[in-house]
Amino acid sequence: MNTICIMCPMGCPLNIEEVDGEVVVCGNTCKRGAIYGKEEYTHPRRAVTTLVRMKNGDVASVKTSNTVPKERIFDVVKFVGELIVDNDVEIGDVVATDVLGLGVDIVITGRK
Amino acid sequence: MLKYDVVIIGGGPAGMAAGLSARKQGAKTLIIERDTRLGGILNQCIHQGFGLHYFGEEMTGPEYANRFRKMVESEDIDVMLESMVLSLDDNKKLTVLSPTAGLCEIQAGAVVLAMGCRERTAGAIALPGSRPAGVYTAGMAQKICNIDGYLVGKEVVILGSGDIGLIMARRMTTEGAKVKLVLELMPYSSGLKRNIVQCLDDYGIPIKYSHTITKIVGNPRMTGLYYAPVDEKRRPILEEEKYISCDTLLLSVGLIPENDLLNGTSVEMSRVTNGAVVDENRMTSVEGIFSCGNVLHVHDLVDNVSNEAEIAGKSAAEYALGKANRSSEKVSVTACDGVRYALPQSVCKGEGEVKIFFRVCNVYKNVKLVAQCGDRTIFSKKYMVLAPGEMGSITLDKSDIDGDLVLRLEK
Repeated sequence: MNTICIMCPMGCPLNIEEVDGEVVVCGNTCKRGAIYGKEEYTHPRRAVTTLVRMKNGDVASVKTSNTVPKERIFDVVKFVGELIVDNDVEIGDVVATDVLGLGVDIVITGRK
Repeated sequence: MLKYDVVIIGGGPAGMAAGLSARKQGAKTLIIERDTRLGGILNQCIHQGFGLHYFGEEMTGPEYANRFRKMVESEDIDVMLESMVLSLDDNKKLTVLSPTAGLCEIQAGAVVLAMGCRERTAGAIALPGSRPAGVYTAGMAQKICNIDGYLVGKEVVILGSGDIGLIMARRMTTEGAKVKLVLELMPYSSGLKRNIVQCLDDYGIPIKYSHTITKIVGNPRMTGLYYAPVDEKRRPILEEEKYISCDTLLLSVGLIPENDLLNGTSVEMSRVTNGAVVDENRMTSVEGIFSCGNVLHVHDLVDNVSNEAEIAGKSAAEYALGKANRSSEKVSVTACDGVRYALPQSVCKGEGEVKIFFRVCNVYKNVKLVAQCGDRTIFSKKYMVLAPGEMGSITLDKSDIDGDLVLRLEK
């Protein structure tokens, strides 16, 4: 797998391969790059931010309470897109728990 | 006439932090904001990545804004919302239009400029072709999407790789649009590396460097555009022009500090930053007028805006309350040899530390940043890489600064 390290502005091009069951990172110029490369190869995760509809038609912004596996981002966005929440939600309110069994909640981050 | 010690123009991250820090010094403080609530552009930046430095935790834009809004509300700070400052003069007198006070005049002891930036538009970059529906600045599309709840298009091309454009590439994609291409005039991105990786690479969105738009087509709605690579003088090579269909173009082609208000003052401006020229207290060339945040120079991180605004707010309060006790002897701070600008542009002689922020002109690898007073080097640091998209800073001991200071790069 090829990617770019995001730990600093250097942006080292990383080549990550599995050799005899061991994940080997090449192209990094520091230790942080090796750790980043290994994580990106074995279990890349991302926090998801999107919008949820309120009953009155307005939108509120939401985030996942923690990161989810990268390949599940669109599943989470689809799930949140089908929710309709009360008009009086406030920042910090949890509007769904343990989404799709991923162990993360959906938290309101902002509203009009 | 209303009177305040400190009046802050703008209630975004810079204005809120400046207000809090001015109030902490005991100044009677007013924040004037033209929107219906405090928070500024943070309110529409629903992605993560704010607050890691300032609060030690990662949060979204609205959460960062809310944290500051709560602090402002809990303090004895006056806030005028939906209010527009129409004029400002060297005597710190403001004319303000407000729904509650009408057209009123306010006399300030000190003024903090915290008006932020506007986006460069299609007109500002003389974009060729017609002007159909579907051409938006990235920030405008962000507001329509994240605040109003509408997606501005289905098949999108983005011009410019500034951070807002990259963030919007991801937003449009997660909300169901197809982002077909990002075009960047320069051979490198002006955005943060992490945004290239997490907003484009994660979703397989291609970016073409050294490319620009040669013509926009469609009437009344955009149907596509022509683009071409550019030569070393950034002129499009028309022989290699290509067509791509799309219904939407987002522009992320730079920000302009919104300093129009200063036309009524004699504040000295920098041609490089398009903001005021300031000393380390963020005071402009007009005594008692201070500047901070994106209206002073464009920042990458809001955390840095908050820190800078605190300096401006504190200094403004000290000035207004007659507590400012600083050496009036200043040395200039300039940039050359690959350093595009250094800020503040002057430093008062004295004791203590001073932090100088800088941006470089190009991507440089294995370079040394040097700070010199005359022939004497007072600071040097090696960098594996310096890029225009990432602001740097150095901390100097004021007692080392005995003359005009120059920041430059050495191989």
